[in-house]
Amino acid sequence: MTPAGEARARRDVRLLVVDPSTGTLADRHPDDLVELLAPGDVLVVNDAATLPASLRGTGADGSPLELRLAGVSARGFWAVLFGAGDWRQRTEDRPPPPVVPVGTRIPLDGGLVAAVVRRSPLSARLIEITFDRAGASLYAALYGAGRPVQYAYQRAPLALWSVQTAYGARPLAFEMPSAGRPLTWAVLLGLQARGVSVARLTHAAGLSATGDPALDAALPLPERYEIPPETVACIDAARTSGRRVVAVGTTVVRALEGAVAGRARLVAGAGTTDLRLGPGFVPRIVTDLLTGMHVPGESHYALLQAFVDARLLGRVTSHADAAGYLSHEFGDLTLVLRSGAPARRYDAGSSPRRRWRKRRTAGSLSSPIARS
Amino acid sequence: MNTSPRTALITGGSRGLGRAIGRVLAARGTRVVLVARGTTDLDAAVAEIRSAGGEAHGIVADVGAKEAIYPIAGEAAALVGEIELLVHDASDLGPTPLRLLLDTECEDFARVLEVNLLGPFRLTKALAGPMVLARRGTVVLISSDAAVESYPRWGAYGVSKAALDHLGRIWAAELAETGVRFVTIDPGEMDTRMHADAMPEADRTTLAAPMDVAARVVDIIAAPGVVASGARIVADAWTAARAAPPPAEVSP
Repeated sequence: MTPAGEARARRDVRLLVVDPSTGTLADRHPDDLVELLAPGDVLVVNDAATLPASLRGTGADGSPLELRLAGVSARGFWAVLFGAGDWRQRTEDRPPPPVVPVGTRIPLDGGLVAAVVRRSPLSARLIEITFDRAGASLYAALYGAGRPVQYAYQRAPLALWSVQTAYGARPLAFEMPSAGRPLTWAVLLGLQARGVSVARLTHAAGLSATGDPALDAALPLPERYEIPPETVACIDAARTSGRRVVAVGTTVVRALEGAVAGRARLVAGAGTTDLRLGPGFVPRIVTDLLTGMHVPGESHYALLQAFVDARLLGRVTSHADAAGYLSHEFGDLTLVLRSGAPARRYDAGSSPRRRWRKRRTAGSLSSPIARS
Repeated sequence: MNTSPRTALITGGSRGLGRAIGRVLAARGTRVVLVARGTTDLDAAVAEIRSAGGEAHGIVADVGAKEAIYPIAGEAAALVGEIELLVHDASDLGPTPLRLLLDTECEDFARVLEVNLLGPFRLTKALAGPMVLARRGTVVLISSDAAVESYPRWGAYGVSKAALDHLGRIWAAELAETGVRFVTIDPGEMDTRMHADAMPEADRTTLAAPMDVAARVVDIIAAPGVVASGARIVADAWTAARAAPPPAEVSP
């Protein structure tokens, strides 16, 4: 499947609807969501805005490097280092970054300095950093020097405008939660007018690729999320009345299924999830999924297998290839939507299913550096 | 009832009315983010609020620049959380002394529209979406009687404010029933640097103090159910009418 090489207009995005109940595929448009969903359903979006998370800097030996913020940590941020070059090279073709022992100060564009406070056992390139400033001056520096994370299949540098959804609020995503980008307010208000709830959560989406095989195999890294009480109420209402809970993007699946894992029922609040989704995972909250176009081999494709069996997924891929659907963050959408009777009942009392691990953290998603 | 917003973003927040609105809100417990082009006045405005025990942050940015919008929105939300109140106070008069339309350079006219009209459009576009999802939020557009009256030499400014008024009305219509309110306020003539730039000959003793007007503006904002979305309020008249029963078209 061809990646979309630029930030396409929302109206140009296509929607492939997959019905696992009947095995049918349909070529539609995202505007059709208004009629595809039914009153009582709830659509859950990730309202994290996208931070310009790519920063250029210099290693101790004077060699150029790139630092991509990947997550919020206890002391500052998690970041992944890249060697010389930029997004124009494929990540796997980039030279390795300089070695940065704990205590190294990394000068970045705009005068910002990152200090290495921890190195991950996963990869020498994954480091925890603190910055030399906090509060308004830190964010001014990040927004002044940072660029959106992007990859070699893009044709031109991306503007910060291009990597935002229509509803993004706090800048906690390091890459755009892209399944929601094609959603217009005409669609969202249309859904609400039809009796479909549009609910939100915040999930700090991390990097989708680093070019480091060991690190890529571990993606997605643990990510923080926050689920408001009104979203839990919306979801409970939909599930108990047998309506759909449609996740917009894999980050929403991860937040909701991560939050309910190990619990009798979904609860509001903040946490961190290292849930990894794939074949055999049985979602307890999410019944249906709006996501991008994914190809075999991607972690997102594995996640799709939690919703669609392998045979039907094979037909989806063949059809998408033949019909010229585009992949990646500015590509087209897949909607997995069951027709007819709702799928699995919301079994609030059931025991936790397999393939999840998670831990709760105190406090909220607000960055620890934001308040000082 | 105290319905002060928890967070507010105020453009034009380093001087005049914007700075005063920031002070009044912060004194009522709102976490305030001020946006202005100049660092010196902005730092002073932030320090003034903090020394009074309030929370304030400053963002140096030009609201007339499209590429400044997501940095403003993102930095503000990172600093104080979701923005519940957005006040569009930043304004550009164009070159002073004010001149006739026939003498106005095209670029100067365009610049006034960038700051006074396109800036508020773009920043609202970035911030009102999250407000709709949250089902709460208020957007205040600071207007002028120049939006209504045809004052000679106030062409670019007056046109920008007339369009800003209509922007607020249409936004209110499109987002009716979403919980997000749009309120346009004509603050009246105040003793500010902008007023002095526009009308240096004015008798300053006849002009209102920005802090007095700011208190009125914040009262208007904090009165949900009294001010309907899409309303255009003349601050002086509203204050006078406060004691009177609410007008008929207002829902409780």
